[in-house]
Amino acid sequence: MTLQQKVPVTPPAARSRKNVVAPWGLGAALAALLFFVAALVAPQVLATHDPYALDLANALQAPSLAHWFGTDESGRDLYSRVVWGTRDSLLIGIGATAVSLTIALILGAIAALAGKYVAGTVNRVIEVLFAFPTLLLALLLVTVIGPSAFSQVFAVGVGTSPGYARMIRGQILSAKNSGYVEAATALGHSRGRILRHHVIPNAIRPLVAVIALSVGQSIVWASSLAFLGLGVAPPSPEWGALLDAGRLYITQAPWLTVIPGLVIVTLAIAATTIGKHIQASLEKGEK
Amino acid sequence: MTLTSSNKAAAAADASASAARPASRHRILARRIGEKLVGALIVLFGAATTAFLAQAALPGDRATVILNTRAGQAIQRTPEELAQINEQYGLLNPIVVQYFDYMRALLTGNLGMSYQQYRPVSAIILEQIGPTLVLTLTAIALSWLIMVVWIILTAGRGPRLSSFGAIVDTTTAGLPHYWLAILLLLVFSLSLGWFPVISGSSPAGLLLPALTLAIPLAGFMSQATRTEFEKSLEQPFVLSARMRGMGDLGVRLHHVLRHSVLPAVTLSGWALGATISGAVVVETVFSRAGIGRVLVTAVSSQDLPIVTGVVVLIAALYVVANLLVDVVYVLIDPRLKNS
Repeated sequence: MTLQQKVPVTPPAARSRKNVVAPWGLGAALAALLFFVAALVAPQVLATHDPYALDLANALQAPSLAHWFGTDESGRDLYSRVVWGTRDSLLIGIGATAVSLTIALILGAIAALAGKYVAGTVNRVIEVLFAFPTLLLALLLVTVIGPSAFSQVFAVGVGTSPGYARMIRGQILSAKNSGYVEAATALGHSRGRILRHHVIPNAIRPLVAVIALSVGQSIVWASSLAFLGLGVAPPSPEWGALLDAGRLYITQAPWLTVIPGLVIVTLAIAATTIGKHIQASLEKGEK
Repeated sequence: MTLTSSNKAAAAADASASAARPASRHRILARRIGEKLVGALIVLFGAATTAFLAQAALPGDRATVILNTRAGQAIQRTPEELAQINEQYGLLNPIVVQYFDYMRALLTGNLGMSYQQYRPVSAIILEQIGPTLVLTLTAIALSWLIMVVWIILTAGRGPRLSSFGAIVDTTTAGLPHYWLAILLLLVFSLSLGWFPVISGSSPAGLLLPALTLAIPLAGFMSQATRTEFEKSLEQPFVLSARMRGMGDLGVRLHHVLRHSVLPAVTLSGWALGATISGAVVVETVFSRAGIGRVLVTAVSSQDLPIVTGVVVLIAALYVVANLLVDVVYVLIDPRLKNS
């Protein structure tokens, strides 16, 4: 009796729920995403001030009712700047994801599907790139091409690609060795048909979740570069540029770095939550 | 009689088996470790090649770039100036010759000369790597401590506490280093005044930077450990330990934890690389001496030999750490004992 009480038996309901995000969490993530998409499409509706309007009398004001996120060293309204910066920040994240997944798909598919020697070589290339930590690979590329919005997109995209390439290779291989492919082979379907109808769709489907995860992560990496002064230059309201500009005032006006950072973290968590939810429902669909 | 003879036969068979077993086992072990070693060497070679290609791909005339990087200018240079630099760096040699020169120098530990500081890159790195290694190793130790305590406290404690634990794992794992660093700096240095704002290389200034690196890493490792931990809690050996009257904490510490940290151990090599690259940001925020700040300065001034030197070195550390993890894994893999 006491033993029964002591042994923590996970209830079956909890077990099946383990991989599914709590419903309120998903709701909050979708609400955050909705806000960011609105800011991307129509920033003028959400913003309360002109993001570039100087107001030196109200410089470095703490957050208040008039200025929700406070003001910067030139009296510009931080909330409006965050709203107007959403477009550039999201585009950098989406661009980097596109670069990253394109490289990853090409390398991963060759490493999984090509002949022995080509696949082996490409697989080594992936391993070599994977040995460079993401931020360092990005820094190396920024040094070569010089800091700019474009180099941020490119550097973050290349920097995050080796991990995804490995993942895609694994997915294609496991699809290739699965029961349904064996069945299709036994039925006499051609190699190309099996690839088109079975291997590729099954390897690609999980990528939908990865896209969401990757956009969030890319924005975090891009903002890290910007924080180091290697991204879009201030006075752009791009979030990384806001961080870079706010760093100088960290003792007098900490909100200038804390709030843009919080916005980036919110977006990253929302993207991760949504990505994991898609992943969980895809897995459920497979069962 | 029959009994003893069959015993003898069994003993003989056993002896021959045990004589054969270590030999073949050692051979398999040696082969697997050899494979890992070759793989690691190929990756190192590839990393060095990537670094060379990055230098060769620098846009514009390299001699001009070097001179301008040195002087912090962007002007046309006279042929005499360029000729001297071309001579010094061997820039007019065919690219293949430059590649072999680069690789040969690398094998002797020569990472080239800084464009800006007129000094060998290896000397600059040696000067600055100490504080960074202290920081990263402290951070990794701290992250294990945080992870173990957090897992013991929250994993498998009923659905509510477990899912709260899991949410904290995911959230902390995704926190950008710069943001965490700023929060810790604001709270513990500026508001409470417990730690210096500028860390320098003092021991008191080590804790906050290390904590900044440790918290996301702990969250990341917890994600992997939690799943294993909760699986292990349902194993029969846990039930039998409890039946012997072992307390809950004892079972968690002595039995379950040992079975569930393996994924986190295999992440160690990766963790070292990730932590060093996090150190780049953290050293900048806390004004701490180290390789990360050298790197950031070099990136902004396009001092490519320093950048490639640091990047290759860190990739090498990653490869060596992973190799060690792999070899240990091969050595402790129980499946080999029966093969």
